[in-house]
Amino acid sequence: MNAANRKSWIINLAALAALTAALLIPARLNMFNDYIKGVITWTLVNVIMAVSLNLVCGLLGYLALGHAGFMAVGAYASAMVSLNWKVPLSFPLALLAGGLAAAAAGMVIGIPVLRLKGDYLAIITLGFGEIVRIILNNIPALGGARSLRGIPRITTIPAAYLAVVICVALMFTLGRSRHGRAILSIREDEVAATSSGIPVMYYKMLAFTIAAFFAGIAGGLYAHNAGTLNPNRFNFDRSIEYLVMVVLGGMGSITGAVIAAAVLTALPEMLRWLSDYRMLIYSLALILMMLFRPDGLLGTAEFSIARMLERVRRARTGARSSRADRGNDG
Amino acid sequence: MNTLIIQIINGLHVGSVYALIALGYTMVYGIVKLINFAHGDVIMVGAYITLSLLSSAALPFGIAAGLGILFCAALGVAVERIAYKPLRNAPRISSLITTIGVSYFLQNAVQMIYSPTPRPFPIRINIPAVAIGSLRISGLTFVTILVAVLLMIALEAFVRRTRTGKAMRAVSEDLQAAQLMGVNINTTISVTFAIGAALAAVGAILYSTAYPSISPTMGAMPGLKAFIAAVLGGIGIMPGAMLGGFLMGVAESLTKGYISTQLSDAVVFGILIVVLLVKPSGILGRHASEKV
Amino acid sequence: MADTLLEIKDLCVQFGGLSALERVSFAVSPGEIVGLIGPNGAGKTTVFNLITGIYPPTSGSVTLNGRTISGKKTHLIFQSGVARTFQNIRLFKKLSVLDNVRIAAHSQMRYGPLTGALRLPGYWRDESETTARAMDMLGIFDLAGYAEATASSLPYGAQRRLEIARALISRPRLLLLDEPAAGMNPTETRALMSTIREVRDRFGVAILLIEHDMRLVMGICERLVVLDYGQVIAAGAPDEIRRDERVVKAYLGGSAV
Repeated sequence: MNAANRKSWIINLAALAALTAALLIPARLNMFNDYIKGVITWTLVNVIMAVSLNLVCGLLGYLALGHAGFMAVGAYASAMVSLNWKVPLSFPLALLAGGLAAAAAGMVIGIPVLRLKGDYLAIITLGFGEIVRIILNNIPALGGARSLRGIPRITTIPAAYLAVVICVALMFTLGRSRHGRAILSIREDEVAATSSGIPVMYYKMLAFTIAAFFAGIAGGLYAHNAGTLNPNRFNFDRSIEYLVMVVLGGMGSITGAVIAAAVLTALPEMLRWLSDYRMLIYSLALILMMLFRPDGLLGTAEFSIARMLERVRRARTGARSSRADRGNDG
Repeated sequence: MNTLIIQIINGLHVGSVYALIALGYTMVYGIVKLINFAHGDVIMVGAYITLSLLSSAALPFGIAAGLGILFCAALGVAVERIAYKPLRNAPRISSLITTIGVSYFLQNAVQMIYSPTPRPFPIRINIPAVAIGSLRISGLTFVTILVAVLLMIALEAFVRRTRTGKAMRAVSEDLQAAQLMGVNINTTISVTFAIGAALAAVGAILYSTAYPSISPTMGAMPGLKAFIAAVLGGIGIMPGAMLGGFLMGVAESLTKGYISTQLSDAVVFGILIVVLLVKPSGILGRHASEKV
Repeated sequence: MADTLLEIKDLCVQFGGLSALERVSFAVSPGEIVGLIGPNGAGKTTVFNLITGIYPPTSGSVTLNGRTISGKKTHLIFQSGVARTFQNIRLFKKLSVLDNVRIAAHSQMRYGPLTGALRLPGYWRDESETTARAMDMLGIFDLAGYAEATASSLPYGAQRRLEIARALISRPRLLLLDEPAAGMNPTETRALMSTIREVRDRFGVAILLIEHDMRLVMGICERLVVLDYGQVIAAGAPDEIRRDERVVKAYLGGSAV
């Protein structure tokens, strides 16, 4: 690791620590009211959803339109664990159960689905996502269309934040390993990947299953924050919302997904004063964003404070030197 | 036996509406490989415009419908110019997201102008029922299927026979080659969006007469189903869209009649999944293998 | 031929009823440089695609060191020692040059997903060893300076070299080169010829190459196999092939002879 690299690490770590403190200390001191708490938790849940979807859409390069379906599986599975087993540590266990249930669903769906390519895969994942919703609507034991109620509302900001940190950190480390490179190579050129010894089907399954796992965790967090679950909260539109976050952040950029998820969750809340115009502005913002930055906020790059500082510094010295040039001319 | 036939005919009724909407998806996809998520909302706009012209301007039905269809054709072109054209060379997913943006925009704009509460669609066309043997088919059903079939025949003839139609086929085969051969691809793509949107508007009017309650989100479900119909038949292939539409309509109607209303959507998606797994390019789709 | 590395026997493949290859048979010995030539559409790339398992053959077999590889999955064939390049360069375009090579070393690395995600010692050991090997390989192909650059940003000739470097990192026993000189000028082609020879000498790898540039083919191939309309019409040393009537006919058309 060279000096510039180390410096960048330190700066980014410091920024992360500052963000963590800004979020957790007020939470600890009960400085947030219920509304703010709700928005923050919801934002954290969405960050996990966007970052996990980014693994499939951004890194593997497959358009998936059923991510909300995995979230639903995780939400219901973890809720059922909480409702039926009163054991110590039941919350982490419930979340884990949600993640595993969603991962299992991902595996079952992935085996047939991942043989398809491109847009067909998108459509078939859409189909599966909707089927999950319709089936949930028709299981009376899970509350059906009348909602599942009475889930303990025990999701706290630190718990959700911890889940985000684990998810994001794993995405980073996995992404920069031979397994992450294998997944990227499939996005770049599947024929070249398999001709370079990459077991393509295995890595598609791995990416798909891990993404489903984290969607399940996010679902569990959501369930224990909302207290009630209705299948129609996990419809096609929700899947689309997560796709929008991933694309807007820049396909393949983990930090981009984090930022886009945070902004797109918080933005409609901040625009509440616009009342009726709120969603109109939101949709216009979406269109304009795409027109002016078709590759998303960050493209495939990762956000780095060190790099941003560097750019600011260079812009400043650049301005100064050009002024100096002009001075010499005069 | 009779109820079965009636269920099938009801299925063909709604299926012909799906088919008309599906044509728009499939034409646009065939030509520019874009899934146009705003297409479903064109249906909704078509219904609202026709409603306004009928109730506020008090125009006769034929004229109101005609204007509504024209408006939607223009809207289709507008969607193309805003959401697709500037991004023709950008990643495909970007234009997909802009069509989603346009979809949100249309829903919310209509919601602001007309209010989010559903409204009744005022017209009641009184067409006498048609009797075939012992069967009585409602006039509306008969007209809907007839209109849909006639339009599909007309469209097929347009694509086969006219210059513009040939240009459309050429662009869908190979955009660059078509351009080199002197096809004006900008016009061709715009015409494709316009025709697709106009057909969706016809579908909207037929849909609204059958389910006479319209709301800003009414386009979502028929839009999604029509999209699935297009994929089912083989996306990019026009007869496939028609076949897919009819198939979906009948499957839905039979499930509602014999199994359960709640599960009818699940059956529709189930059929989609089975078809894609057995024949990944859809029922009429050609298998395209990648050249290495 | 005492020992045979690659043996292709009666290989047939049909696409939609059309016969693309008919009873193609030939063999490659260890360390040999063999040219696979023939007019456009003769089925040369199809032979590569069958050897590497991109398509399954309709009938016939491909064996490597006596073990059947036809019908196996592409990545397993690669792992048994067959690497290739592509006619129209298939790099991992948006990834770095170094990553392009490291990806092909994937099957020689051992650590699991969890070791990678948790950055356990196995990860560091394996990665640093692979990175060093990859840098060495890039050095051989004059690409070390580009290691961090995006693959698609390389000049054309460098992209071709990178594809060969990527194919070689796994130490294959057989290297398939599909038109390595396509689009190169005479100077680049000459450099490429010496690179190919060096690669063979240094790695002891057998090379089967498809090429239209006759100077390159005649210059470095020890044996040639000529394909026309999906059939082998001649095989032998370059000098014999040059004089073979059927070959001349296939290339120049019936009337010219």
